[in-house]
Amino acid sequence: MKTLVFIILSAALVNNYVLRQFLGICSFLGVSRELKSASGMSYAVIVVMLIATAVTYPIQKYLLDANNLGFLQTVVFILVIAALVQLLEIAIKKYMPPLYRALGVYLPLITTNCAVLGVTIANVAPDRAYTFAEAMMNAFGSGLGYLLAMVIFSGVRGHTEDANPPKSFRGLPLTLISAAILSLSFFGFSGVVENLFG
Amino acid sequence: MNTIIIATGAVTVIGLLCAVILSIASKVMTIAVDEREAQIREVLPGANCGACGFAGCDGYAAALVGGDTKTNLCVPGGDAVSLEISGVLGVEFEDVTERIAIVRCGGARGVANEKMEYNGVKTCAAAKLLFGGASACAFGCIGYGDCEAVCPNGAICVDDGVARVNARLCTGCGLCAKTCPNKLIVTEPDTVAVVVACRNNEKGGAARKKCAHACIGCKKCERECPSGAITVTDNLAQIDYDKCTNCGHCVEACTVKCIEYTRKRAAVS
Repeated sequence: MKTLVFIILSAALVNNYVLRQFLGICSFLGVSRELKSASGMSYAVIVVMLIATAVTYPIQKYLLDANNLGFLQTVVFILVIAALVQLLEIAIKKYMPPLYRALGVYLPLITTNCAVLGVTIANVAPDRAYTFAEAMMNAFGSGLGYLLAMVIFSGVRGHTEDANPPKSFRGLPLTLISAAILSLSFFGFSGVVENLFG
Repeated sequence: MNTIIIATGAVTVIGLLCAVILSIASKVMTIAVDEREAQIREVLPGANCGACGFAGCDGYAAALVGGDTKTNLCVPGGDAVSLEISGVLGVEFEDVTERIAIVRCGGARGVANEKMEYNGVKTCAAAKLLFGGASACAFGCIGYGDCEAVCPNGAICVDDGVARVNARLCTGCGLCAKTCPNKLIVTEPDTVAVVVACRNNEKGGAARKKCAHACIGCKKCERECPSGAITVTDNLAQIDYDKCTNCGHCVEACTVKCIEYTRKRAAVS
């Protein structure tokens, strides 16, 4: 139990996928303009990360590793995740129309989201040797970290869009600089979680 | 060599599997999409103004396909859109009553007195909260252009402290009417040519002190109107547009000039 909490916290805070490992930056910068779309995107990412891990973990363990095909990992994972997101979209459209209207735009964006691929690959990394439950926890924690980064950053952007910065900073430069400062602040979490459980 | 064959085979099999699952899923979980809905959505103006009474153009398109509403509710689209919708749905064309927004205030700067200097946030909604804005008349146009900001067609602009509607650009969607904190703006059929440009229902003397063009309830228009369309209630003239013939006698008669033509050079029959 302690390990699971540890995994969630370290995935969400210390190894935050967006701010610490710089994965999923495209959606982080693209969809964080408004709090509503940012949180919508984040929920979709959490769901997809969980499902993708649930599918890719067995594939890696019982198909790729068993047949010595480890080098196919990236190709197979991308293929499976893309198909999975499509399937999820069709299913949600059919059975949960309100959820589809809420998530609809963001689901296809996730198809090629590097954060999702990053989580699934990290979950099966030999040096971590996660069990299936641990892998799922890591996926959930990573999703939470993504949500956290998105929500905080949409708040920051709300202020920077209202501000009146010098002309050369307007738009993307200011966004990138504020993302960098936010990322720096997340580096402050290094060691915190380890010491909590140490 | 062997590895390459196994690898290619594995990816091919996984890809095929995904493809089969996806195509089965799209067959099993298919939703009957009425293509007329997409066509109608294409025809509608897309302003999402809500004049039709539905939640945006998507909502109206869905309701139209559902068949429980009329085709002539899109005021901004007018007859052209109604005609196209009728074509898509295969029902009879219904005429749309084109509407325009009318601002019921004539208290321009210098006409209406000011009771204070307002230096707060420059929106009508904010100014309204502070003693009803700078104008002495609490019923009149506050003049910070909330309506101008919300208008999708640029048809309304604040000129000399009062919002004015450009009848040529106005599509009658009514967004300004919903936005105005003093409820000064109404949408009326575009056949309407005269309007009582005042909402002040205080007694004549009190209203007059606040604005030179305030309706004082003198009932002169009521007497002059040949078709009996004007009544004065609550110290305020009101025109019954069902009876009004747009003759313009009231505009000539009004001593305080609070009855105006809705267009600058209105063709009065």
